[in-house]
Amino acid sequence: MSEHDVLNPKHMPHDPEKATLEGKNKFMGFWFFLGGETVLFASLFGTYLALKDSTNGGSSSEELFGLELVFIMTMLLLTSSLTSVYAMYHMKNHDFKKMQIWLGITVALGLGFLGCEIYEFYHYIHGYEFTMRSSAFGSAFYTLVGFHGGHVVFGLLWIIALMIRNAKRGLNLYNAPKFYIASLYWHFIDVVWVFIFTVVYLMGVL
Amino acid sequence: MADKVSGTTDQFDFEKQKRKDEMKQQVITFSLMIIFTIVAFSMVEAELDKLFVIPVLLVLAAIQVGFQIYYFMHMSHKGHEIPALMFYGGVFAAFLTILALVVLVWW
Repeated sequence: MSEHDVLNPKHMPHDPEKATLEGKNKFMGFWFFLGGETVLFASLFGTYLALKDSTNGGSSSEELFGLELVFIMTMLLLTSSLTSVYAMYHMKNHDFKKMQIWLGITVALGLGFLGCEIYEFYHYIHGYEFTMRSSAFGSAFYTLVGFHGGHVVFGLLWIIALMIRNAKRGLNLYNAPKFYIASLYWHFIDVVWVFIFTVVYLMGVL
Repeated sequence: MADKVSGTTDQFDFEKQKRKDEMKQQVITFSLMIIFTIVAFSMVEAELDKLFVIPVLLVLAAIQVGFQIYYFMHMSHKGHEIPALMFYGGVFAAFLTILALVVLVWW
């Protein structure tokens, strides 16, 4: 397949994200990366579980966490996962415009999630003086949840960059793998969040 | 690479219908995930016995993540053998990591 065919395909294949060798390699390599990310988050979860009771006389998880906000955040992120499935659905139907719209909704929901998280951290720091340095529990909490938040920021910047960069290009075999990989990353962020809301928040207030 | 190119519109329409059916399945998956989340939160709100709630919460989370990976991330599709191997390799190392860190502070 020549470079011209990749950028201006006459017919779009069924799986545009895996039609080129580059796309196949990205797909394979990205899953390998996600395996590594799993280990990285596991070490942060393990650290959190080991240190969550070391509050140094400060606020404990029962005093801090409010489930209402966490529930809203969960719904936002879970819904954004579905909207990115919709985006990939339209990508496979070669409907670039609809894909962009659904990616836009995904970004909006992700920003909503991020706003809630910033509010939450602000609330803990100013309302409870619960900071990264106040206790081992604080360090473990902010490292784990903050690292996830950092992934959300990166995922949002990634998707926004792809949307803007390709806005006038339309869909081709060169950028289809990029969109697909970004959506996989976004789903992975939700996977990590499922464990955060279960292990950190729900088990934290029990 | 030629065999991967959709030749006729008939074939494209067929694939399109297939994807539409799959999308319906994705929405059902999503509804189940929402239900699991609500069940998990209400179980904690109801203040049931800790020893009962924690295992159930973990099982609900594992099922949700399975849905996410197999349906939303399409791991149930063909051609995901090596990605699955790599990912589960990571999950295995993750399990050992958590086990080691938690056992360290067991007593």
